[in-house]
Amino acid sequence: MDFFLSQEHEMLRTLYKEFAEREVKPFAQEVDEEEKFPIESVKKLQKYGFMGIPFPKQFGGQGADTLAYIMAIEELSAACATTGVIVSAHTSLGAHPILEFGTPEQKEKYLKPLAEGKLLGAFALTEPNAGTDAAGQQTKAVLDGDHYILNGSKIFITNAGYADIYIVMAMTDKSKGTRGISAFIVEKDSPGFRVGKKELKMGIRGSSTCELIFENCRVPKENLLSKEGKGFKVAMNTLDGGRIGIAAQALGIAQGALDETIKYVKERKQFGRSLSKFQITQFEIADMCTKIEAARMLVYKAACYKDAKKPFGKEAAMAKLFAAEVAMEVTTKAVQLHGGYGYTRDYSVERMMRDAKITEIYEGTSEVQKMVISANVLN
Amino acid sequence: MKIVVCIKQVPNTSEVKLDPVTGTLIREGIPSIINPDDKAGLEAALRIKEKTGAKVCAITMGPPQAEKALREALAMGVDEAILVTDRKFGGADTWATSFTLAAAIRKLNYDLIITGRQAIDGDTAQVGPQIAEHLKLPSVSYVEGIQVKDGHLIVKRQYEDRYHMIKVHFPCLITALSELNEPRYMTPGGVFDAYREKEITVWTLEDLDVDRTQIGLKGSPTKVYKSFAKQLKPAGTVLTLDPEEAASYLVEKLKEKHIL
Ligand SMILES: Cc1cc2nc3c(=O)[nH]c(=O)nc-3n(C[C@H](O)[C@H](O)[C@@H](O)COP(=O)(O)OP(=O)(O)OC[C@H]3O[C@@H](n4cnc5c(N)ncnc54)[C@H](O)[C@@H]3O)c2cc1C
Ligand SMILES: Cc1cc2nc3c(=O)[nH]c(=O)nc-3n(C[C@H](O)[C@H](O)[C@H](O)COP(=O)(O)OP(=O)(O)OC[C@H]3O[C@@H](n4cnc5c(N)ncnc54)[C@H](O)[C@@H]3O)c2cc1C
Repeated sequence: MDFFLSQEHEMLRTLYKEFAEREVKPFAQEVDEEEKFPIESVKKLQKYGFMGIPFPKQFGGQGADTLAYIMAIEELSAACATTGVIVSAHTSLGAHPILEFGTPEQKEKYLKPLAEGKLLGAFALTEPNAGTDAAGQQTKAVLDGDHYILNGSKIFITNAGYADIYIVMAMTDKSKGTRGISAFIVEKDSPGFRVGKKELKMGIRGSSTCELIFENCRVPKENLLSKEGKGFKVAMNTLDGGRIGIAAQALGIAQGALDETIKYVKERKQFGRSLSKFQITQFEIADMCTKIEAARMLVYKAACYKDAKKPFGKEAAMAKLFAAEVAMEVTTKAVQLHGGYGYTRDYSVERMMRDAKITEIYEGTSEVQKMVISANVLN
Repeated sequence: MKIVVCIKQVPNTSEVKLDPVTGTLIREGIPSIINPDDKAGLEAALRIKEKTGAKVCAITMGPPQAEKALREALAMGVDEAILVTDRKFGGADTWATSFTLAAAIRKLNYDLIITGRQAIDGDTAQVGPQIAEHLKLPSVSYVEGIQVKDGHLIVKRQYEDRYHMIKVHFPCLITALSELNEPRYMTPGGVFDAYREKEITVWTLEDLDVDRTQIGLKGSPTKVYKSFAKQLKPAGTVLTLDPEEAASYLVEKLKEKHIL
């Protein structure tokens, strides 16, 4: 057992920190306040290879590994959780299923430009009536000659409107239940496809979360991802990996809030001394640090399992469950330790506390993670 | 075209703290970085590479840990990296440093050598021009702009109050200012390759054809005679007053200090 990062991962950490500090953090407040998609940062992320970290070079990727990728999500999210989720949704949800299930043609046509940062990806599973119960898909796909015709709508889709490529789940045979769901690669300009209402959110306010509407949307037959009826498997497999990304986002938010708090309690004076001189503050900081480190171990372990090609569903679920709870707890404490200032929008811990909440909800709520973990243990 | 870039690994002085008791620099635990001017030199070389297909080689003299600076250069995109290292090179002043680096560079093909203007730790700005002298090359220091032409460069040399545009034929040496450009980030894949796929060439004393009396501490004519901490100035006072009040406050203070 080895708890040390390799030299290349250490160097990546330095790179990610420097990039986040210079290209992401300065805009985080504005991105939140104005609900602004950070297009400039995203362009730089695309230019410097951050959109294809875990993919093989032959498909336009960086040829690094999952650990290298989730460390990037962690460091970006420590500066700005909006930026973290844009990269995570693109990489884990938009591009990864094509690597895993795509044909050589699909990889060449879609994965390559996604990994190279020329296109942005998204993933559409959730529907108004199919959230946790994702099997209840109502969007339909019917084969008509050499096209599938999609009808229905999706809700809460990250990167919607900015993405070029959407992985979309739809029912091809309702009688077969989850075995009747299929996955499709849908281009943003497909006839009959449009982006609907944008959600106004509590946190990650710069990320775009919208409805997708399919009205007789024509998708070429060759854009079926995997086989007919395999869509649910594609979705579940994709979400297993995606969870490590969201767990890393949660970890980053927590670390970001801790870093801000450490700075603050050293500077802020009450009763003639820094807050950091009070033992209660010291103990809170100790708890926050310890929980973050425990979360980090779970998140990195899940990533290493994935890299080692071991089953990692349970590990990913544990990492996400725990890291999300830690993010919520640490950011809440961070606001508390900032006092009234922490409740104002002048300090970033206020934003971080709002951002943290989503990590307990998307890509499987905490309850779902517990279902996954207990099913693994009990069955 | 072949470009050699000299890079020095230096402590990140923006993170260096002073020991409050002794007043000396605390170097322990301070991360090392590529000297900022040298990073601009790397970026300049890589831009020339993108335009002309030039091959870029980064070279450093230093202890084995200096390897990290070379890995970083590889991750930015240089083709080749050379570490010149030997206990016998230790303690070198600028003469011995430039002498050793020149001996190493002599083994390479080059059209252009780029060094930084100045290292943020040693701060002498001597090594670049000295290498040029050892290799009998024309050199231009304080370069803030570069245009590559056929067989020569047009460079913009910074002065305090003006610029010179200088035409210099290959082979030549230039010293780069950090204002020259904004260095690129490494890419994640570049970092992986720098460690997993690329090799660093290591040259020790054995590998260089060099006069042994001119290297390391023994070959260094400069000896640090004494070093002492500079007296730190107390922080200034900031006052917000209207102009009249400010003027009389200043006069008052200057009188107090017997300057007026
Ligand atoms: C506080 C202090 C004071 C010193 N004072 C003197 C002094 O007065 N006289 C003296 O002769 N020596 C002095 N030295 C030693 C001397 O600075 C270094 O030994 C010498 O290696 C490099 O000089 P520099 O750091 O000033 O580099 P500079 O001459 O400022 O560096 C210019 C460029 O040369 C290249 N370069 C420099 N060193 C290397 C290297 N090792 N490998 C690759 N490229 C390199 C880089 O491109 C760099 O940007 C001093 C050292 C210190 C720490
Ligand atoms: C900002 C944001 C971005 C999103 N991005 C995407 C995206 O890119 N792509 C995508 O497809 N989806 C996305 N989603 C959707 C997200 O994954 C769902 O919101 C989530 O899966 C929960 O579904 P739901 O909202 O319908 O809640 P519901 O399923 O209605 O759940 C409500 C509550 O009931 C609990 N619950 C449900 N079933 C059970 C049960 N059997 N036992 C115990 N408790 C249960 C849940 O845990 C939760 O607490 C996003 C959502 C948000 C808010």
